[in-house]
Amino acid sequence: MKYYDKLIFDLSKEGRQGFSLPVRNWSAGLDEIPAVLRREDAPALPQVSELDVVRHYTNLSQMNFGVDSGFYPLGSCTMKYNPKINEEIASHPGFACLHPLQPAVTVQGALKVYSELARSLSEITGMAEFTLNPFAGAHGELTGLMIIRQYHISRGDLKRTRIIVPDSAHGTNPASAAVCGLEIVQVKSKENGLVDVEDLKPLLDDTIAGIMMTNPNTLGLFEKDIKEIAALVHQCGGLLYYDGANMNPLIGKVRPGDMGFDVLHLNLHKSFSTPHGGGGPGSGPVGVAPHLVKHLPYPRVVELEDGTLDVVNEKGESCGRISGFMGNFGVILRAYTYILMLGKQNVRMVGPLAVLGANYIKESLKDCFKLPIDSVCKHEFVFDGLADQSTGVTTLDVAKRLLDYGFHAPTIYFPLLFHQAIMIEPTETESKETLDGFIEIMKHIAKEAAEDPESMKTAPHTTPVRRLDETTAARQPILKYKDII
Amino acid sequence: MAFSYFPHTEDDVRQMLERIGVESLDDLYSDVPQDVIYRREYNLPDALSELEVRQYFDDLASQNHKMMCLCGLGAYDHYSPAVIPHIISRSEFLTAYTPYQPEVSQGTLRYIFEYQSMITELTGMDVTNASMYDGATAAAEAVMMAMASTKKKSRVLVSEGLLPQVVDVVKTYAGFNGVGVTMIPCKDGVTSFTAVQEELAAGDVAGVIVPGINRYGIIEDLTGYADAVHAQKGLLIVYSDPSALAVIRTPGQWGADVVCGDAQSLGIPLCYGGPYIGFLACTKDHVRKLPGRIVGATKDVDGKCAYVLTLQAREQHIRREKATSNICSNQSLMALYVTVYMSLMGPEGLRKVNEASYGGAHYLHDELLKTGLFSEAFEKPFLKEFTLRAEVPAARIQDALARFGVLGAVEVEPGLVNFCVTEKISKEDIDAVVALLKSSFNRGE
Repeated sequence: MKYYDKLIFDLSKEGRQGFSLPVRNWSAGLDEIPAVLRREDAPALPQVSELDVVRHYTNLSQMNFGVDSGFYPLGSCTMKYNPKINEEIASHPGFACLHPLQPAVTVQGALKVYSELARSLSEITGMAEFTLNPFAGAHGELTGLMIIRQYHISRGDLKRTRIIVPDSAHGTNPASAAVCGLEIVQVKSKENGLVDVEDLKPLLDDTIAGIMMTNPNTLGLFEKDIKEIAALVHQCGGLLYYDGANMNPLIGKVRPGDMGFDVLHLNLHKSFSTPHGGGGPGSGPVGVAPHLVKHLPYPRVVELEDGTLDVVNEKGESCGRISGFMGNFGVILRAYTYILMLGKQNVRMVGPLAVLGANYIKESLKDCFKLPIDSVCKHEFVFDGLADQSTGVTTLDVAKRLLDYGFHAPTIYFPLLFHQAIMIEPTETESKETLDGFIEIMKHIAKEAAEDPESMKTAPHTTPVRRLDETTAARQPILKYKDII
Repeated sequence: MAFSYFPHTEDDVRQMLERIGVESLDDLYSDVPQDVIYRREYNLPDALSELEVRQYFDDLASQNHKMMCLCGLGAYDHYSPAVIPHIISRSEFLTAYTPYQPEVSQGTLRYIFEYQSMITELTGMDVTNASMYDGATAAAEAVMMAMASTKKKSRVLVSEGLLPQVVDVVKTYAGFNGVGVTMIPCKDGVTSFTAVQEELAAGDVAGVIVPGINRYGIIEDLTGYADAVHAQKGLLIVYSDPSALAVIRTPGQWGADVVCGDAQSLGIPLCYGGPYIGFLACTKDHVRKLPGRIVGATKDVDGKCAYVLTLQAREQHIRREKATSNICSNQSLMALYVTVYMSLMGPEGLRKVNEASYGGAHYLHDELLKTGLFSEAFEKPFLKEFTLRAEVPAARIQDALARFGVLGAVEVEPGLVNFCVTEKISKEDIDAVVALLKSSFNRGE
C-alpha cells in the first residue's frame, strides 16, 4: 500500500471535462424555467479528465485492504471470499436495464430470481416465506420487529410493547427495537456466556412482544437451551426473533426454524458471499413462520395460478412498505448465484468448515491469549486480550500490529462482556496455510508484546497512514472539501 | 468434498481436527441439541459449474424485456459512463469491510469524504452523512430527525406530492414510532401551502416534508415555507433529485433544514430497483441528530492528512437503545459510484444532462398533446418528467407502448400518466413512439 494525498478536487482545472454525451438540439432550454426555481451558480464539482478520474481512484484503492488483499479474521462479520461469477451475473445487462415499475410480464426472469432465492433461503433456514426487500442486516432486523409488532397489533394485543435482548447482543438489536417503538428489557448472560434461563423466566409476562436472540451468540457459543427458551417465550405469548448475523456456522447443519424461531433476518453480505463494498450495499432478507406470512412487507412477489409471477403492491395485513422498490436486487442476484454454485451438496459443508477453522485458531492460540470461556465454539470465539497482561499492551495494540503483518484486525472491544475482547472469525473459505500464517503472527505478536512493548504501542508502522487523531476529528469536524480550503 | 470455494483437503481437515482434539466435524456440534441438527437432504438444485450458472442466468435474463424507458417516478434512466464499473469493481473497494481500521481504509474514507463534499455542494447544505439505503428510507430517517430535534411535538406534515412509495415508507416508520402523520393535499399539481400553514398553526408539528420536484414532475415553488415552518420551531425537509439540483434552486437556498432523496439519478443503472443510494444532509445545527456514518478529515501521528469515521457518539453501536436510528452501514460502494459519476460529469456535464432531459421531455410533452390522446393535467414548470391526463383508458396506452417495447404512460393516479425523458432519448426515438401511438389508436395526421 502506498500513501497518496490528493482529493479529486485538488486535480480540478476550469474547462477540463471527463464526460462524453450526445449532442441534442432541442428547441426548449433550461432558461424557460422561472427564475425563482433556477439555480444560478454552478455547483463546485471537480472539472477533471477521464484519466484524472481513473488514476485518482486507482490510487485511492491502493490504500485499501479487501478480502482479495488478505485475511480478514473479523468476528461477527463473516468476511468470506466473494466469488467473481457473482459480480458477472450482477452486472448482466438483461437485469441491469430493468425499471422497477415495469409490468410483471416484462420482468419474469427477475421475479424468478427473487422468488427462487426466497425459496432457497426458506429451505436453508426452515422458515415458511421470505421478503428480500430489506437493504441491510439492521434494516432486516427493523422489518422483523415490525412484523412482530404487527402480529400482536392484528390480534388486538396492544400491551406487548417490550422486547427482551441479551446483554451480549449486537448494539443494533436494542437500537432497532427502539426505532420500532419497543421498550428493551435486558436478560443476563451466565458465567459460561449463555443466556441465563433463570434470569429470563421472571421477565416473561403479557407485556412481552418477544425475544431477540443471536445463535450462536456473539461469543460464538451455541445457545443450547434454545428449545427451552422458545417454549417459555411462546408460552407467555411472545415471539422469537433470530438475528442472522451469526448464521454462517449453522448453514448446512441447523435450521433456525427448527429451533422454534418465528422471524429471522439473514445478511446476504455475510453468509451468502456478497461483497461488503466498504460498508454496503448489503441485503437483509427476512423469513417468517407460516402464521406471520401475511405480515411480511409489501411489495411482495406471488405466484399466480398459471405459474407466472406477479407483484402485489397493497398494504393488506402487512407491516407496511419498508423500501422504495424491492430491495437491493443486484445483491439478490449475487446471493442466488452463490447458492446455485454451492448446490445441495456443498451447502452442507459451509457451517462445518467455518467452525473447523475457528476452533483450530482458538486451540492454537489459547496459550498466548486469554480464553475466558474454554469450550467448543462455532464460527467465532473471543479472547480477552493477551495471556500476559503485565506488559501494558492492549487489544488495540495487537489489532494495529496485525496490520503491519498484512492481516486485517479482528473485531475488538466487542462483545462488551470482556474489557479486552478480541473476536476472531475465519470463515470456511480460508485455507489451513492462511490460518497457520495468522497463528504464527499472533504468537509472534504475543512475544513482541513482552520483549518490545513500546513498538507495539505505536503500531502500525508500515500502513499508508498511522494512528489517527480521532479526538480532533470529532471536536473540530472537517466534513467536506470546503471546510479545508 | 473438493469445491472451488473450499480450500480444505481431506488431510487438512484431519490435521485441524487433531489439533482441536476431536474425531470428526460432527463432534464440533456436540454442544447443539441433537434433535435440531438437520439430517435430511436440502431441497436445493445440484451444484452447478460456472458455465452452467452463466447459462442459467442468460436464460432467466431472456425472460425479461429490455424496454425504452420513458418512465421516471423515482428511478431514472440516465447515461452511465464506462469508467464507473471499472472503478467500483476494483476489489480493494468492492471486497473491503466498513472502514473501522482507518490505517488500511483510506481509500474508502477518502471517497466518502469526496461524496460528502459533492452532496453538500448540490444540496446547499452544511453536512451530509455517508449515505442511506434509498430515498424512501432516507425520507423516513429525516422525519425521525425532525422528531428528535424538536421535543414535545407529536406529528409531521407529509406532502401528497411526494412519490407514493416514499410516503408509504414514511408512514410505516412513523406508525411504529408513534409519530403522527398528516397528509398535505396537492392543489393544481403542487403542495398546498395554505394547508401547510393551517396545520402549522396547531403548534404540534415537528417537521414538514415536501418534494423539490413532485410526483407529477412539477418543480415546486417553496417560497415562504422555511419562514412558516421555523416560526413554529419545526424543521423543513425537502425531498430532492440530486441530478436536478445542478440546475434548479437548491433546498439550501429555500432555507431547508434537512434534505433527503435518492441519488440513483446520478448514473446508477435501473437494476430493477436497487442497489440505489439514499442521501441525507442537513444544516450544521442538526449534525448531532444526523444518523449514519460521517467521515471527517484529521491527521495521523506523523502529521499526514488522513480521514476517519467521526462523531460516532451519535451512532447506534454506542447509543444502543437511546439511538434515534438503527442504521449501522451505508451504501458505500454506491456512494463511490455517484462520486465517480459526479467527478466525470462535473458542473458542465450535469448541466448538459439536464438540458438534454429538459429539451427532450418538453418535445415529447408537446408531441403527445398533438396526438389527441392526452390533455394537459397541470400547466406548471417541469424538468424531465411530466404528467398528462389520458383521454383514453391509461392502461390501454401503457399496453400499446409496451407492445413496442416502450415503458411509458405509467398511471400515477386514475387518469393521470407519467412520462420521463433523459439524455439517452433522441428525437428519432420520440418521433417513433409518437408515431406508434398514433397508429395504435388510429390518430393519423
